[in-house]
Amino acid sequence: MPETATADAPAKAAAGGNILQVRNLEAWYGESHILHGINFDVNAGEVVTLLGRNGAGKTTTLKSIMGIIGKRTGAVKFNNQDIIRATSDKIARMGIAFCPEERGIFSSLDVRENLLLPPVVRQGGLPLEQIFDLFPNLKERLNSQGTKLSGGEQQMLAIARILRTGASFLMLDEPTEGLAPVIIQQIGHTIARLKKEGFTILLVEQNFRFASTVADRYYVVEHGKIIDGFSNAELAANMDKLHTYLGV
Amino acid sequence: MQALYAQLLVGLINGSFYALLSLGLAVIFGMLNIINFAHGALYMMGAFVAYFLLNLGGINYWWALLLAPIIVGIFGMILERTMLQWLTGLDHLYGLLLTFGIALIVQGVFQNYFGSSGLPYAIPDQLKGGMNLGFMFLPIYRGWVVIFSLVVCIATWFLIEKTRLGAYLRAATENPTLVRAFGINVPRMITLTYGLGVGLAALAGVLSAPINQVRPLMGADLIIVVFAVVVIGGMGSIMGSIITGFALGVIEGLTKYFYPEASNTVVFVLMVLVLLVKPTGLTGRAA
Repeated sequence: MPETATADAPAKAAAGGNILQVRNLEAWYGESHILHGINFDVNAGEVVTLLGRNGAGKTTTLKSIMGIIGKRTGAVKFNNQDIIRATSDKIARMGIAFCPEERGIFSSLDVRENLLLPPVVRQGGLPLEQIFDLFPNLKERLNSQGTKLSGGEQQMLAIARILRTGASFLMLDEPTEGLAPVIIQQIGHTIARLKKEGFTILLVEQNFRFASTVADRYYVVEHGKIIDGFSNAELAANMDKLHTYLGV
Repeated sequence: MQALYAQLLVGLINGSFYALLSLGLAVIFGMLNIINFAHGALYMMGAFVAYFLLNLGGINYWWALLLAPIIVGIFGMILERTMLQWLTGLDHLYGLLLTFGIALIVQGVFQNYFGSSGLPYAIPDQLKGGMNLGFMFLPIYRGWVVIFSLVVCIATWFLIEKTRLGAYLRAATENPTLVRAFGINVPRMITLTYGLGVGLAALAGVLSAPINQVRPLMGADLIIVVFAVVVIGGMGSIMGSIITGFALGVIEGLTKYFYPEASNTVVFVLMVLVLLVKPTGLTGRAA
């Protein structure tokens, strides 16, 4: 199946205009060639999930879009602007925010400092009151050291701090990893609410059951390529294939 | 008893220079992960710039306190942009060797033109003379050096620990890639931080000029002790550098009074003891 055709099919089904276009994206860690030509699109207002096994290239895809991989080629267009050669600080200022898999909470900063660290890059970010409404725990722990929070609270902090920047396109890398089911549920509600608020979200997940509760569309990544893509409506029909892809 | 107070004052003055220099080293190490062996040479440049400003431009001490750190700080930023930035991610040894080489070149150039003897730099009129405190005579300039250094150290600590800019610096020390992905121009921040650390060294050089004269090797004599201070305080620790700087100056001064033979080695003996008991230094973080 041609990759571009696979990538385009579900994208056309979505309602919003195209916000991110990734074409023939290749990336390297040193000598290791990780991405071998990734193609996909994300439309405004969607939640798109990259699924795949460990080491398939999902996180590298996000990092390549964000500009934090040393060597990358191909085309990445955000709001029709090519960002493949832009540095990560410029990409962030265009309105893309990244929440890394390891959460990236700073131990030398308290919760308030962690929360206020990313600068506001444009108007439209969530005010602090709304963020505390989404994550009430954070309000009570403002003066605690960032890394003293529980895993779930750290994940909430990692998501919360990018919501006030005004970025409209969020990339969340495995936000449920290592969290208790009740926290995963809360993260799911948050993502659904962010979608309602108009955020566009590119999600990397191994927890396919979680992803199915929030995603509009899916792409499957394997060996650094997109090998399949389908919408949430097509999920049931693709279940067997998906189990084979993910080895579950 | 007067001799004891006099040595305490000398200790506090030396401690001021130790604190300012080790603070700059701590800021640079924290942010750039570079052990800046050129720090002593840059301290010396601060004193020389003050000397040139006065003798070539007629610019007085007060302006030199402002201008010399800026001028030497800009020189430091050029060094960072043209040389040090390429060492990112490499072993500490490369940074140490490069900055050691820079120190030798800078000192060699100054020694070539000015020899090894000291050039005089007068105490400004406003700070001449002294005060009788009853238990000792306090030269005003020396009191000024201690108080001004303390204020600068506390202001630097406040900047790094209590402001938004400081939060960026601390975060970038931990994870520069992520901080940059938040939209902050980390390379520019690193350059400015190096400039700040170098500026602190130059400021110490200006403060030192009226006390120690202006000599090409004035930094080389001091820097080894300052490195011992940084190791004792803990590499990269801001408050650790300040407290250890002043404390070791005082300990050195007291040793001069009670057991003068050990005054030149007491700092290094303490360094060995601290390394044996707490290898990360008194307030330092693990690598």
